[in-house]
Amino acid sequence: MAEVTVRDVYKAYGAVRVLRGVSIDMHDGEFVVLVGPSGCGKSTLLRMIAGLEEINSGDILIGDRVVNDVAPKDRDIAMVFQSYALYPHMTVASNMGFSLEIRRKATDLITAAVGRAAGTLGLGDLLARFPRELSGGQRQRVAMGRAIVRQPQVFLFDEPLSNLDAKLRVQMRTEIKALHQDMGTTAIYVTHDQVEAMTMADRIVVMNEGVIQQIGHPLEVYDRPANQFVASFIGSPGMNFLEGTARQTADTSWVEMVDGTKLPAPRTDAEEGQTVIYGVRPEALTIDEEARSGLIARVDVTEPTGLSTLVFSRVADSITCAFTMDRLDLTRGQPIGLVPDVARVHLFDQASGVRL
Amino acid sequence: MAGSTITSYGPAASEVFPEPRRRAWRALIEPYLYLSPALILIGLVMFVPLLLGLSFAYRNIHLLNPFSGGFVGLDHFSAIMGDKRFWRALINTGWWTGASLVLQFSLGLGLAMLLNRPFRGKRFVQAIIFLPWAVPIFLSGLTWAWLFNPVIGPLPHWLAALGVMSEPYNILSNPSVAMWGPIIANVWFGIPFFAITMLAALQSVPYELHEAAAIDGASAWQRFVKVTLPFIAPVIAITVLLRTIWISNFADLIIVMTGGGPADSTQIVASYIFTTAYRRLDFGYASAISTALLVLLMLYSLIVLQLRRRLAGKV
Amino acid sequence: MITVGQSKARRLALHAGHTAGLAVFMVFAMFPLFWLVKISLTPNNLLYSEGITLWPSSITWDNYQFALLGSRFPRFFLNSVVVSLSSAAIVTLVAAAGGYAFSRFRFAGKVPIMFVMLLTQMVPLVMLIAPIFKIMSPLGLTNSLTGLIIVYTAFNVPFATFLMQSFFDGIPRELEDAAMIDGCTRLTALRRVIFPLTLPGMGATLGFVFTAAWSELLFALMLINSDDKMTFPVGMLTFVTKFSVDFGQMMAAGVLALIPACIFFAFIQRYLIQGLTAGAVKG
Repeated sequence: MAEVTVRDVYKAYGAVRVLRGVSIDMHDGEFVVLVGPSGCGKSTLLRMIAGLEEINSGDILIGDRVVNDVAPKDRDIAMVFQSYALYPHMTVASNMGFSLEIRRKATDLITAAVGRAAGTLGLGDLLARFPRELSGGQRQRVAMGRAIVRQPQVFLFDEPLSNLDAKLRVQMRTEIKALHQDMGTTAIYVTHDQVEAMTMADRIVVMNEGVIQQIGHPLEVYDRPANQFVASFIGSPGMNFLEGTARQTADTSWVEMVDGTKLPAPRTDAEEGQTVIYGVRPEALTIDEEARSGLIARVDVTEPTGLSTLVFSRVADSITCAFTMDRLDLTRGQPIGLVPDVARVHLFDQASGVRL
Repeated sequence: MAGSTITSYGPAASEVFPEPRRRAWRALIEPYLYLSPALILIGLVMFVPLLLGLSFAYRNIHLLNPFSGGFVGLDHFSAIMGDKRFWRALINTGWWTGASLVLQFSLGLGLAMLLNRPFRGKRFVQAIIFLPWAVPIFLSGLTWAWLFNPVIGPLPHWLAALGVMSEPYNILSNPSVAMWGPIIANVWFGIPFFAITMLAALQSVPYELHEAAAIDGASAWQRFVKVTLPFIAPVIAITVLLRTIWISNFADLIIVMTGGGPADSTQIVASYIFTTAYRRLDFGYASAISTALLVLLMLYSLIVLQLRRRLAGKV
Repeated sequence: MITVGQSKARRLALHAGHTAGLAVFMVFAMFPLFWLVKISLTPNNLLYSEGITLWPSSITWDNYQFALLGSRFPRFFLNSVVVSLSSAAIVTLVAAAGGYAFSRFRFAGKVPIMFVMLLTQMVPLVMLIAPIFKIMSPLGLTNSLTGLIIVYTAFNVPFATFLMQSFFDGIPRELEDAAMIDGCTRLTALRRVIFPLTLPGMGATLGFVFTAAWSELLFALMLINSDDKMTFPVGMLTFVTKFSVDFGQMMAAGVLALIPACIFFAFIQRYLIQGLTAGAVKG
């Protein structure tokens, strides 16, 4: 087990800049999730930690050792690939024992280690099968098994669940987390799915265009996003953004919308008259069916899920989403009032996107 | 969500990007290590002879004459201009290539369409039909030459019975029709190649397109013309281009079946080059004809590629 | 096939047409080979009376006996096997290395090198006959099987390299990544993971080059002149020009020449289609 340190790492493919000065300290035993839209550089970063990509500059450390020029085989890591990358010509048992075999471990030791891992993952009956004879979920487990047999210092996961169907994905999510808690090995997990990131991570690293946007505990990232990108990327459905002008007096502050509506705002260091983005998550909006208070909007679509209802309504040109546990009876075009909970409102600088 | 676009919050585009570390020398050299045997072989056995061959065209290289080897400038090329055998061979090349190509292509496409649907015993049928491709070329040539021989071959007798011939004779010995012998052998040998290529192309047409067209009311014939053909046209174009060049250089069958005769009636440029080098041992002149052939083929390719680009531009 | 809405008669007619079409192609493909076998089995005294009947009234193995025991064909056969197998083996190794480089590395010069290799496929090989003879003669490589092997190897390397590349491209890069993380060097990964998965591709390349080398005539004709070095095609052609009367014996020899090529072809057919498909779709 080891901590992993990424220090000011840059990477470019020709003119395409993939990582632009990335630094992260991952603690021993921590479950870190790298999340971001596709092309944000998260997979490249993971592959650089694995040693599958060269780094242009900066340092990567596993434990105390700088591994910039260490071959993948000597980094003492294990990786689970999105495509699982199982060796098609080997049985499940050989796949799982391959890393030990390469290290010339004794046969009985390998058998025992494979047996233990297979037991943990419920693969006991499948050891003699070939990958092509397995279902997607089983292959995923074998890929996991191949990683844990090694007892490496660090686990790397490259979108390991994205080829599974929705139900299996939720189940494996829980299993991976439980496995990590049992083993206590440092794990770095790449995903574009912010729900996976939220549910699995000890800490989330949000990336965009090769730059780290925010590092933090899932709820911290959710509740106090560093900027508008993080606010929009984390959380589903996403945060509502409305443009307005910051106003304040000695004891109150608010944001004035283009149509003149005044929405209450938290106390920030926004200057009087500054153009800001008013951000509020759907669940922080209360719906006033009588349209007597708050921001007046017209109902566009309602999406009941049974548990809750999402109400999409139109304010000027943009769509705003509100979340409610009530079963409202709304018709299209009906005016409603959207009342924000001021404690859960964020203001972002319109130019830089930074949270104020 | 508001319509505002999410911008990046990273450093500006004008950021100072650190110079990448130099890649390890080994990493740069590694692919060449794997490639070097191939490159050395191709260089030594194809490029050096090619350049040497091009230089021979300007020299008097006669294998049996120890005093040959002198520089003769463009003499060989002016000889070509007046060489009736060369011009005859050039016309024959066009005739040989055109007829072989048209027949191979149309029969190959037809066969591919027959094979492009499931039926019982398909693997077996395919193996049988593609077999001519496996037959060594010299043997195909010999076999067809024998089939045209009235002593042991049935073809002249059948043709006579059909009234095509007045009496069974060997077409390979009649200058006016001899070319058909090698052409038929070539078609027999070449159908499988076209069939496989066209089959691959046909199978690349997404089936949904056919279904969509059928739902839109297209008949089978319309589906072929409006969906299949445009879809496989690029493959057809490139295959025909490559095959034209290949066939026009393909002298083996002619050398085996007729040796260019009778009276040069089946001599193509490629077989003329071979005969000049092999029988007359006149390497200089053979290389000059080779150069001329190479230039002609390059011109042909350029024209076809231009045409293709223009057609592609229209579509 | 979309068959909904077609009348039963129409379907039957289509089916019959389809079958008939295939039958015609099959007869056309097989007839010359059938004839080869038939004449080779026809006794000499019946050749002129029953030369053109579909099957002789009696058959004989004399022609095969002569071809195998009384002639130099076994020698030619052996020479051809040596040349074809050696060329095929060397080409496969060289092409596997080259194809691997094309498939797995990004490097300066990759595109020009690939372009040049494609270009070699356009060069008329008859052009090279004279210069190759001129180069090889002082090196003692004319009238030598080694010389032929070198020539055949070089000529087949470009296509074989592209074929091998398409097989390597079919093996996910992540398998190598996984192997390297599991503790392999690039070479161990190649040996333990990639190589076993490329075996079918290597077999196909081997078969392809074998068939090509087995058929080659013109270079062998130019470069070989002594009886004991002749490959099968050269030997047979020489035989034909010398003894052009004994059809039965020649055809028996022809059938012998056909056998190894057909065995290899049966083996590679599947992969040839695969390789060409890859090429066709890409091209």
